[in-house]
Amino acid sequence: MIRFLLKRFGIMVTTLFIIATATFFLMKLLPGTPYSNPDKLSEQQIAMMNQKYGLDQPVPIQYARYMGNLIQGDLGVSLHYKGRPVSQIILERIGPSALIGFQALIFGSFIGLALGIISALKPNTLFDYGSVTLAVLGMSIPSFVLASLLQYYIGVKLKWLPPGLWESYTSSLLPSLALSVIVIATVARFIRGEMLEVLGQEYIMTARAKGVTEWGVVMRHVLRNSLIPVVTMMGPLAVGIITGTLVVEKIFSVPGLGEQFILSIMSKDYSVIMGVTLFYSALFILTVFVVDVLYGILDPRIRETEGGRT
Amino acid sequence: MSMMKIPETVPDDIIEDLFVPELVRESRSEEASTPSSSPWKDAFRRLRASKGVVLSAILILIMASIAIVGPAMSKYSYDEQNLAHSNLPPKIPGLQWLGFDGKDRQDTDVYQQRNVDTAYWFGTDEFGRDLWTRVWKGMQISLFIALIAALLDLFIGVLYGGLSAYYGGRVDSAMERIIEILMGIPSLIVIVLFAIILEPGILSITLAMIITGWVGMARIVRGQILKLKVQEFVLAARTLGVSNSRIIWKHLLPNAMGPIVVNVMFDLPTAIFFEAFLSFIGLGLQAPLASLGVLINDGFKQMRMFPYKLVIPAVMISLILICFNLLADGLRDALDPKTKK
Repeated sequence: MIRFLLKRFGIMVTTLFIIATATFFLMKLLPGTPYSNPDKLSEQQIAMMNQKYGLDQPVPIQYARYMGNLIQGDLGVSLHYKGRPVSQIILERIGPSALIGFQALIFGSFIGLALGIISALKPNTLFDYGSVTLAVLGMSIPSFVLASLLQYYIGVKLKWLPPGLWESYTSSLLPSLALSVIVIATVARFIRGEMLEVLGQEYIMTARAKGVTEWGVVMRHVLRNSLIPVVTMMGPLAVGIITGTLVVEKIFSVPGLGEQFILSIMSKDYSVIMGVTLFYSALFILTVFVVDVLYGILDPRIRETEGGRT
Repeated sequence: MSMMKIPETVPDDIIEDLFVPELVRESRSEEASTPSSSPWKDAFRRLRASKGVVLSAILILIMASIAIVGPAMSKYSYDEQNLAHSNLPPKIPGLQWLGFDGKDRQDTDVYQQRNVDTAYWFGTDEFGRDLWTRVWKGMQISLFIALIAALLDLFIGVLYGGLSAYYGGRVDSAMERIIEILMGIPSLIVIVLFAIILEPGILSITLAMIITGWVGMARIVRGQILKLKVQEFVLAARTLGVSNSRIIWKHLLPNAMGPIVVNVMFDLPTAIFFEAFLSFIGLGLQAPLASLGVLINDGFKQMRMFPYKLVIPAVMISLILICFNLLADGLRDALDPKTKK
């Protein structure tokens, strides 16, 4: 177990290091200057600005300084917002994103589990076909298409929920709903497949043969064994939700991290792009790490074979 | 759970009259009952049996054909502007009852009001560009990008995974470390970073997508080859002195083809999605080029006034993604009978 943990941890740290390095050098390749009006600045002014932000140093020194600061949790200052620290921008912006992300995750998992369990217990019924269709639609339709259609029909036409802006709690409902669809689809599909597989196992037949009630079979034998692999869905779900927040926040004008990321891309705010990229990557990698460890604890077969699914 | 049903009436005595002896023909007793069938034929038969798969395949063919000939069916090109004909709602003579009646949200017939004779099937955008042409041109570009991305993924993935697994040992562990690191990086982030650096265009989007896209394929190929290369038929081939490249191409890859094909099929909708995603956040293609993502982005900005600009490309992209996903799902089930849904 210790070896397994150490190996996973090593991979996690290496990956983060490589991402940080790659991001740094990719940003160096970017065309154009980070200053908003380079034509109006004299060469002296640009030189002064470069000196202020350390951009006049050779690239290796910039890199060493960046990595040094990174280890201390300092992501540098924004080039666009008059020297505000990037970490502060991330902290300010993370709230709304986290709120809609978690709401989508909780609501989506709940509905997805319910749909998946019922359709696995009643396969080939109308309900099953309905939920399978819903899952295919949810997996296929891009989040930004769904979000804009939801905004138009529920927000603008029917006026049930606010179609945008971030004014009260109700503003978070429509974005969360738009984000949750991918979660519902993924979870429902996955749990249905897992349960059908477990239901075909011989120990289920044994349980039935020895007279366990149907409820007991489902709760104690089927669900328990099908829910463990669901943990592995957290990695893909994290990606789905992060991808979703980028566009969903843009569509509903949510002042979250995703919207900030897109704004920074547009204004070529290097340090914010780097900071947010690292933040998203760390979030994803940490999720995968936690999932791997959790899965290793829940299912001993995985850690014995060293690795398993990532 | 099926249980043996007990017949309702049980005869008291088992007498010979209850049985009808089967006529035995000596000459036929040695024949196999069904003609032998290759795994691919079997898979195709299973594939055809699923209505959803057949329907998806037909729809994809129809959409791909219209994407090729569609832009030529209208007399306008995708970037031809005509400000006198701007913002016209869709109008298809004969399909008025479906909503293609050329009326705007206030229910006035814009075509009559502005004296326009030609019917724009999908309407026009704010510059008077024909949306029918633009939507199908966009479909063309999306399909093209998806195809290129999938083929490049296939090429790199098969090469990398094949070499890694076939040579094994140190080569394999070194190559596997690289894969492990790449798997940990969220592909969206890499795609966005590369899309920022490269000039927006079809080529750069495709490049950005394959930087991480091939990893999944490489893993699948590696897994398959690792499983296959220790089997007897490979040993037999090697004993007969077959060269390495021939073993890889003639013995290992054909046997790993199923999962590879399925993975390529799943790559297609992923690539279409990422292209549209990049275009939607403004990192993809730029106007006047039209991809489905560009059109959805344009349509989204004006959806309150002209919902058709959003709805038509949105329906198109959803339809093609659903069809590709269903087809890939069906293919996976057909090629691997063990993983019945």
